[in-house]
Amino acid sequence: MSKFSKKRGKSTPAISTASLPDIIFMLLFFFMVVTVLRENSLKVKVLTPKATELTKLVHKSLVNTIYVGKPTDKYKSVYGTAPMLQLGDAVSEPKDIPLFLENFRANVPEKKRGVIISSLKVDGDVTMGILQDIKTKLRQSNQLKINYSAKPKGDS
Amino acid sequence: MAKKSSKDRLTNEINAGSMADIAFLLLIFFLVTTTIVQDKGILVKLPPWSEDEVDPTKLKTRNVFSVLVNAQNQLLVRDEPANIQELKERAKEFIINPTRRDDLAEAPTKAIISLKNDRGTNYKTYLEVYNELKAAYNELWNEEANAKFGVDYSDEMPIAQKRAIKGKIPFVLSEAEPTAFGDEK
Repeated sequence: MSKFSKKRGKSTPAISTASLPDIIFMLLFFFMVVTVLRENSLKVKVLTPKATELTKLVHKSLVNTIYVGKPTDKYKSVYGTAPMLQLGDAVSEPKDIPLFLENFRANVPEKKRGVIISSLKVDGDVTMGILQDIKTKLRQSNQLKINYSAKPKGDS
Repeated sequence: MAKKSSKDRLTNEINAGSMADIAFLLLIFFLVTTTIVQDKGILVKLPPWSEDEVDPTKLKTRNVFSVLVNAQNQLLVRDEPANIQELKERAKEFIINPTRRDDLAEAPTKAIISLKNDRGTNYKTYLEVYNELKAAYNELWNEEANAKFGVDYSDEMPIAQKRAIKGKIPFVLSEAEPTAFGDEK
């Protein structure tokens, strides 16, 4: 071999990808911490309106959710196009609300039952009729703390 | 092939090249199955259920700020058509009554806002109206907190302070049974 070996350094050294898994793990941990496994698959289309007077729901385990909206496209054939409500995971009617609340209450320890909040996620285009029935049923079941879910309003 | 010494064999055992693939897989799994929960909303306390209706005639008209929303999403405030933009200011003026007008509330403790919809009103309009009314109260509470305690009103204030402010300006919003003139969609 020649004494001076030519350095074939014509290409810039490739970017080391040794830290790529670390970046990916960081992203992964971020998502694991920040997100929540989606429990209910939405069968109704819900686009909540915007509002400014918002309060954050603190104790997520003490919140049950009621979705009200028009059925999504793939369920249109089954349920029609009138607005309907979805309690947790199942499509229901206002008269099923007391049972749904009771089931939820049964899983909550006694002392915290007074703090349970019902989050109403209602589509903006739904009319007040069905909502009035829902509110009446909630009042009859003594579930008085409710939260109208809304998106924060950007400064207009 | 030169014999690999036993020392060499101990050093590179795990091929870490596929760690990135595993990490990608897990990341995609989490991206697909989870949601960033955005649970904020307007907190409302419904009145307890009672079979008999509150008799509306007992209340003095000057103490009642009536807001009606019809199925065409138009507002009627104290029997005249109104714009939603002015709702908050009018509500604030009604509750506090700084100039002591005869047609506005006697005192903030006696002020009642009454809201009545139609079954055909859009939820979006209803929420906007409710939002404006709640904003009116929040701003009044803020002003009161600044005047009394020098801080902004917030949920984290000590309960005694909150009680003092809410005692002076209670949130009284009564919702009547909706009318059924419009179509429900």
